[in-house]
Parts: sequence; structure tokens; C-alpha cells
Amino acid sequence: MNSNRSSAGILTKSRQTIGNRMQQIRDWWADAPRWARWLVYIALIIAALLLPASSIGSFMTPRSDWATVLFYPIGIYVALAIGLNVVVGYAGLLDLGYVAFFAIGGYSMAVLGTKFGWSFWEVLIVGVLLTSGSGLILGAPTLRLRGDYLAIVTLGFGEIVRISAQNTDAIGGPRGIAGIPHPPNLSDFEILGVKPLRYGLLDPRPYYYLLVLLIVLTIIFVKRLEKSRVGRAWAAIREDEDAAELMGVPTFRYKLAAFAIGASIGGAVGVVWATKVISIIPANFPFFLSATILAAVVLGGSGNIPGVILGAFLIAWLPERFRVFEDYRVLLFGAALVLMMALRPEGIWPSRRRQAELAEGTGGMGALGGEVGGPGGEVEAEARAPELER
Amino acid sequence: MLDSFLTQFWPATVDGLSLGSIYALVALGYTMVYGVLRLINFAHSEVFMVGTVAALFTLTTIGVSHELSGVALIGMLLLVAVIAIVVSGVTAMGLEYIAYRPLRKRGGSRLAALISAIGASLFLQQLFALIVIPRLFDLPQVGGRLPVHSPDWVRLSDVIAIGDFVVRNDKLLVVVAAVVMMVALDQFVNRTNLGRGIRATAQSPENAVLMGVNIDRIITATFAIGGAMAGVAAALYLMRFQETNYFVGFLLGIKAFTAAVLGGIGNLRGALVGGLVLGLIEMYGSAIFGSEWKDVVAFVVLVLVLMFRPTGILGESLQQARA
Repeated sequence: MNSNRSSAGILTKSRQTIGNRMQQIRDWWADAPRWARWLVYIALIIAALLLPASSIGSFMTPRSDWATVLFYPIGIYVALAIGLNVVVGYAGLLDLGYVAFFAIGGYSMAVLGTKFGWSFWEVLIVGVLLTSGSGLILGAPTLRLRGDYLAIVTLGFGEIVRISAQNTDAIGGPRGIAGIPHPPNLSDFEILGVKPLRYGLLDPRPYYYLLVLLIVLTIIFVKRLEKSRVGRAWAAIREDEDAAELMGVPTFRYKLAAFAIGASIGGAVGVVWATKVISIIPANFPFFLSATILAAVVLGGSGNIPGVILGAFLIAWLPERFRVFEDYRVLLFGAALVLMMALRPEGIWPSRRRQAELAEGTGGMGALGGEVGGPGGEVEAEARAPELER
Repeated sequence: MLDSFLTQFWPATVDGLSLGSIYALVALGYTMVYGVLRLINFAHSEVFMVGTVAALFTLTTIGVSHELSGVALIGMLLLVAVIAIVVSGVTAMGLEYIAYRPLRKRGGSRLAALISAIGASLFLQQLFALIVIPRLFDLPQVGGRLPVHSPDWVRLSDVIAIGDFVVRNDKLLVVVAAVVMMVALDQFVNRTNLGRGIRATAQSPENAVLMGVNIDRIITATFAIGGAMAGVAAALYLMRFQETNYFVGFLLGIKAFTAAVLGGIGNLRGALVGGLVLGLIEMYGSAIFGSEWKDVVAFVVLVLVLMFRPTGILGESLQQARA
């Protein structure tokens, strides 16, 4: 009993030291001059471009091709998580059917590419428009619902899209669509008479770079939104929807905007994914994928872009890294989710604003019902108090 | 299209009601936990799955060698159900203790609890697929992912036959058992002390504490009761479909949650209504559009109902004392 307590003390202490360290870094970042920030951004982008190197890969995924893994699942998960973060992290809406938009993007690429011979760039634009349209169509009747009703309706929507694709023979039914065209070949790209970018036909790296470009653009777009009037409206909605409405925020319109923007990001990712994989089937878009992406957002720290990227990276990478465990990967993944949430309910790397909201019990989904003032809770609070003073 | 619907109307009604009864029993678990904790207990589908495995294991251990009917069938069903109730109830309590209680104590958001639930759900599925099912039924390890069949233990016979309206004994038993359990639970929540505690906690946790309700105990009890109902559903499911697998809870859980929302989440009677309505919609839908569209029909109807009645058919009201 006694030793147990002291070991718990060490655990809390080490967590506190790490926490303090992180806070210092955050303070520095908050005051950092513009040039320092730009340096960090540029360093990060260069790091992302160098990431497919095989020397890194031999450590990261010894059992599979690192560049391939980097495109899918890691890159795709990161991009999807950034998109879902707009809906869940910013506007505080629970979307359990996000995979539907990914699927609609993928199918736009497949259908328009194979049946009408459109090129990748044309489809990218049309796909984004289509998915944001479908986000509006789904959102318009359902966004008047609160929290959990929205969750089940979005879940249903995800299933409807998948099952409909499976039952519609015009788009291949359960066999899906094969022969999706690739984007224009990067190797033909000429500058001053030389062709600097030469990649083999099956090399995943050009697709990875394409995805990095998409992710960077999305981050800029989303960050600008977060700092704008729209982002402030989202924050108001997720903290207290009624209060926001009373203060004159047209909540429904802003929720719809969050839905459509999240959807269009998911659609763009779907287009990029479909253009690489050549063939897609409805089974590529299960509910499990929605749940995984949501887990990535919440695990990383919903509302905070670096946190969300970290979460998505971990969720995509860990199962690939631990292929040694074969069948037990998903088992361990499930246990890890439970454990991580118990240890850090606010996510690994939450934004400070979200941390404050969660401490207050507002923000997004709010607190659990039975959490308030239970007898156990009080006892634990008392037990914790002296530790805080030390 | 309409022709096929008319010819299949009575069979679809009977099938819909018996399927809907199972949905309703599982929906109770979602609705009770939601009423008290405001939490979508995603892992409840796995509580149901664990129940079906326990029921199946009971059957194979006893070694039913011939098809039962009449009193023997009901007795066997009771035995199987009791074991499934215990196993499912304990699983649900364990789930609360491991996956939700730490979060509750640390003031985690409902979103975090949802992720924890998804994690627990994956864990249980894989645990059963990889270890429990192969061990219990002496299968090679890969066999854990395949459906496991129960011995034929039900002698099927038609109990009622009026023209097209034919009711088979197992379907009738499912409906009767579900309704009996529903009435019992309704009385329990409305009449007993523990039931009053549950209603009080659902209404206002702070005030419930002030009135001397031990919330932790109430929450454990809520999970246990929800799990027990899933156990009953599991036994009935096994009687009706005679097989199970590690993934059996997934779709059924989603449907049951849909049923809970359809009837008005947090409302016990709503769960019954929602379950039966959803079962009927699905069966009529598959009679009209073909069975591959039945899930789509179910979800579309859900969206339509919620558009016009945003709190479900009967409204949310574990709080409002109607239970």
C-alpha cells in the first residue's frame, strides 16, 4: 500500500515536471517574434519533405515501406483529422460519420476520372464543391438538433453513403471502381530544359508531397479561419450555444459553415487518396475509420492543430510500427485509447483555451452528467489538495 | 414493389416485432446510461456480444442434444438468460469501473468518454475474437472471427396461424419476454428506492447528492441493469438466430442506439416504442425496397422523425419522473 502510494507520487511528479516544461515552451512560443515563428514553420516543412528518407523509415516502420505508410495511413489520417477538427474541435459538433465525405471525395475522383476522363486537378475542384454541397445537404435538416442526436444522424449518414455505394450498380456496387487515373506525371515536369523530379511509376513519394502540399494549405486556411470572425463565432457556439444565439451569433449558419468546410476538406483528401490507390470499394469507408479519426482528434487535443496532427500521427503510426504483434494490434490500440483518455482526458496537447473550457465544464460536448460532487469525488479532491501545494 | 409489400405484410410485421423487441432490450442500456450520465455508451454493443457468447457457452456446456419445446424450452431459455444476465451485467459494471469512472473523477469531457468507450469496444471485440471465443469453443485461433453456431435447441412450430398471420414459437417468445422485462424494469425504476435514486440522479446529480444519494452506487447499478437487459436480449438473440460472433454487437448496437434516439433517449418506454418501430420499419423497408436497403430505410426514417420531433417519439424524460 505504502510503496504503491510513493510510486504514484513519482508518477505525478514526473508528469508535473513535463507539464511545466511544456508550459514554458508554450509561453516562449506565445511571445516569439515573427521571424522565429517563420523559421520554425520552414523547418517543419523541410522536415516533412525529408521525412520519406529510407534511413528514417528503417526505424519507423521496419516491416513495411515507409514512404507508402507515410501517404496512407499517416498523411491521410493527419489531413482528415485536421478537417474533422473544424467540426469537432472548433464548432464543438459531434460528427460520427466523417468518413462519408472522404468516400464522396473518393467516388467523385473515381467516377469523373474513369467515366468522363477528367483530370485530377479538375476533379479536385469539383470534388471539393460536391462534398461541401453534401455537407450542406446533411447539415441543413440535422444541425438544428443538439449534441447526441446529431451524432447518431451523422453516423447514420456515414452508413447510408457506404451502403448506397454498395447497392448501386452504376458505380460498381460492392466491387467498386478500378482504373482511377493518376495525376499528371511529375517526372515530365521541365524547368530550364532539365527534368529535376524523376520518380518511378509506383513511387509513393510524389503523392506524399502532394498530400503535404494539401495539408499545409489546409492548415493555413483553417488557422486563418480560427482567428477570424467565423472562428470566434465557433468558439462562442461550442462554449455556450444559447448564450451565443442571444448575443446575436447566427449559430445555425455558422454550424452549417463548419460542417461544409469540414466536409470539403474530407472530400479533397478523398480525391487525393483515390487518385493514388487506383481502385476503391465501399468497404474502404467503414464506420471504424470515422471512429479512428475522431479518436485522433480527441486524443491529440481537439481544437489545437499541432495536437491533432500529433494524435493522428500516433494513431496511424503505432499500429504500423507494432506489426510484430500482428493480430493483437487492434486489441492494444483499444486498450491504449482507454488508458490515454484516463490519463489525459483533455488530450495529449490541448489548446490552452480548450483546457480552460474543460476545467470549467463547458466547451464542445460538456462534462459527464454524474461527475458533479459525488462523495467519491470530494474525497479525492481532498486527497489531491496537499499535493498541489507541495 | 407494392405487391411484394402486401404479400409480405404479415410475415414482415411478425419479424419486425420480434427483431424490434431485441433492439428495445439493448436500447434500454443506452437510454439508461444516457439518462444518468449523458454519455453514449458505445461499448454497450460489446456487453451484448459478451452475453451471446456466455449464453452459447452455457448451451454447449450443458450439451443440449435434441430440440426442445414447451416448458423445457422455456426453462432452458430462463437458465441461459440468467447466466447471460450475470455475465453481461458484470461486464457492464467492469466497463464503468475501468473505462468511465477514472474519467468521471478527473472531470473528463463527454467526448473523451466517448473515445474511451470506442477503445473499450475495440478491446473487447478483439479480446473475444483472438482469445475468448477460440478457447471457449476449442477452435483454432483464426476461427475466432467466424460465426459460432449453437446446437439446434429450439423445435420450431407455429403457435398462431390465422391466414397469412403465422407466428412461430421462438418469435412469440422473444416478444413476450421483452415486454415482460420492460414492464418489470418500468416498475423497478418507478417503485423501488434504487429506482428513485436513478431518477433523481438523472434529474439533477447535485441535488441527488444533497439528498443523500450515493451517486457512484447509482451509476454502477444503472450500468448493471442496462447490462442485464442486454443479457436478456443476448439469450433471446441466440434462441432466434442460433449463432454469434465477435462482431455481432456492432450493427445491432448501432440499431439499438438508433431505436433509443427514435423513441426519445433517456426515456425507458421510448426505448420499447423506438425498438418496435425500428424493427417494423426495417422489415417493411426490406419488403418494399429489398433487404439490401433496409439499413438505409431505417436511418432515413430516423432523420425524418428527428426533423419533425427533435426529441424522439416520446421525448426525453428519465428526468421527468415518467421513467
